[in-house]
Amino acid sequence: MFTLSDLVQPEKLETAYQVLTNKRNNTILGGCAFLKMGSKRISTAIDLSNLNLNYIKEQDGFIEIGAMTSLRELETHILLREQFNGLLPKAVSSIIGVQFRNCVTVGASVFAKYGFSDVITALLALNTEVELYKGGRMPLADFLKQPKVKDILVRLWIKLDTRQATYLNLRKSASDYSILNVAVSKLDNQWTIVVGARPRRASIAIKASAALSQRSLSDAEMEEAANQAAEELAFGTNMRGTAEYRKALCKVLVKRAIMEVASECK
Amino acid sequence: MQITLTINDKLVIWDVEKDEILADTLRSHGLLSVKKACETSCCGLCTVWVEDKSVLSCTTLSVRAHGKKITTIEGVSKDAEDFARVLTAEGSEQCGFCSPGFVMNVLAMKKELVNPSDKEIIHYLTGNLCRCTGYMGQLRAVKTYLGVQ
Ligand SMILES: Cc1cc2nc3c(=O)[nH]c(=O)nc-3n(C[C@H](O)[C@H](O)[C@H](O)COP(=O)(O)OP(=O)(O)OC[C@H]3O[C@@H](n4cnc5c(N)ncnc54)[C@H](O)[C@@H]3O)c2cc1C
Ligand code: FES
Ligand code: FES
Repeated sequence: MFTLSDLVQPEKLETAYQVLTNKRNNTILGGCAFLKMGSKRISTAIDLSNLNLNYIKEQDGFIEIGAMTSLRELETHILLREQFNGLLPKAVSSIIGVQFRNCVTVGASVFAKYGFSDVITALLALNTEVELYKGGRMPLADFLKQPKVKDILVRLWIKLDTRQATYLNLRKSASDYSILNVAVSKLDNQWTIVVGARPRRASIAIKASAALSQRSLSDAEMEEAANQAAEELAFGTNMRGTAEYRKALCKVLVKRAIMEVASECK
Repeated sequence: MQITLTINDKLVIWDVEKDEILADTLRSHGLLSVKKACETSCCGLCTVWVEDKSVLSCTTLSVRAHGKKITTIEGVSKDAEDFARVLTAEGSEQCGFCSPGFVMNVLAMKKELVNPSDKEIIHYLTGNLCRCTGYMGQLRAVKTYLGVQ
């Protein structure tokens, strides 16, 4: 469990950022579930609860999600259940349990860039941007490549398009981390294949996605795209699976996901 | 730090440490139904309601309960007892260690889901670990309690 010497609940983002950057171990609090697993000695903890960042709304062709929105809200919100074939609710629904998802926040889940993340994998398959207090607005894929700097993730913007999507994963047991997770989406003829928990951070299989977008959708071509994704991405070994196992699993899950999306598009 | 909260329908003002977790605060004020086991946000034993939603009190900072309505088993004792009787009748409890969190989450589910299927019940209760029963007895008891087939 972390300890903290002081805690502030600012009413302005500007104040939150000032406190964050004042001292090296000043820290933003999300739902505290991950922070609690460590023993960080926090000087001043910054609780964003008073900044009205707990919301999901539709605005100017985007779904806007505040950083303090819980994963349970992502799971149950009617807009997200109806959009993208319920991709986001599907992706978060296996994370521990309802009580846990009522606690943890989407802002922390994205900002922390966890390799095992189910949330990031799903968001990458959509046209998602992150908005940072200092760093401004940028595509999620760009944010994930940046080195970690102190900032506050304020909100996410997801383009409200007519994309069809799906999310699949394999876990050893119900509330364990994914051994591998996959999200696939299709907008017009543009496919996006994302693979996460490799166990590295999720990334888009760029070549496989582009190749699939050029192809007709025969069984052999879907399989070829899945194989290409497995060749293009790097896999690693940890206690949940070997690199070889993950690579083999990637071929199966990606093919299944493509087939699901293709059948949704019919 | 002083927090004002409504705990089981009673307004209270409590002094808490800034890094104190809600489970410890509640227990220190005599609400001993609230228990901790894993303390890694995984087992669900410490479940209480904040604004009628199930949350993990081992993960929630007490300062965040300020201005909120908190419910523990002590605040829903009649419903908890009704469900506990069904659990016993169905033989779905052994050591009973997991029960406080399980009961709170079943009661939360009852308010949230209408006529849930087996799959929905199992999904809602995944975050409540039980090392004794193997879950099938619990599922039977929950279905009997909710009056679903
Ligand atoms: C036991 C356990 C199992 C898990 N299993 C899974 C899983 O299977 N799949 C999955 O996808 N996730 C999983 N997670 C991760 C979880 O879903 C959350 O992503 C994680 O707990 C962080 O969310 P939090 O709200 O608890 O953040 P916190 O623990 O409060 O914060 C985490 C980090 O993010 C920083 N932070 C918080 N909010 C912001 C912000 N707005 N801007 C900038 N920085 C911020 C904090 O300073 C901290 O460094 C698991 C976590 C735990 C503890
Ligand atoms: S003690 Fe809170 S989840 Fe286990
Ligand atoms: S009855 Fe013993 S842990 Fe559930």
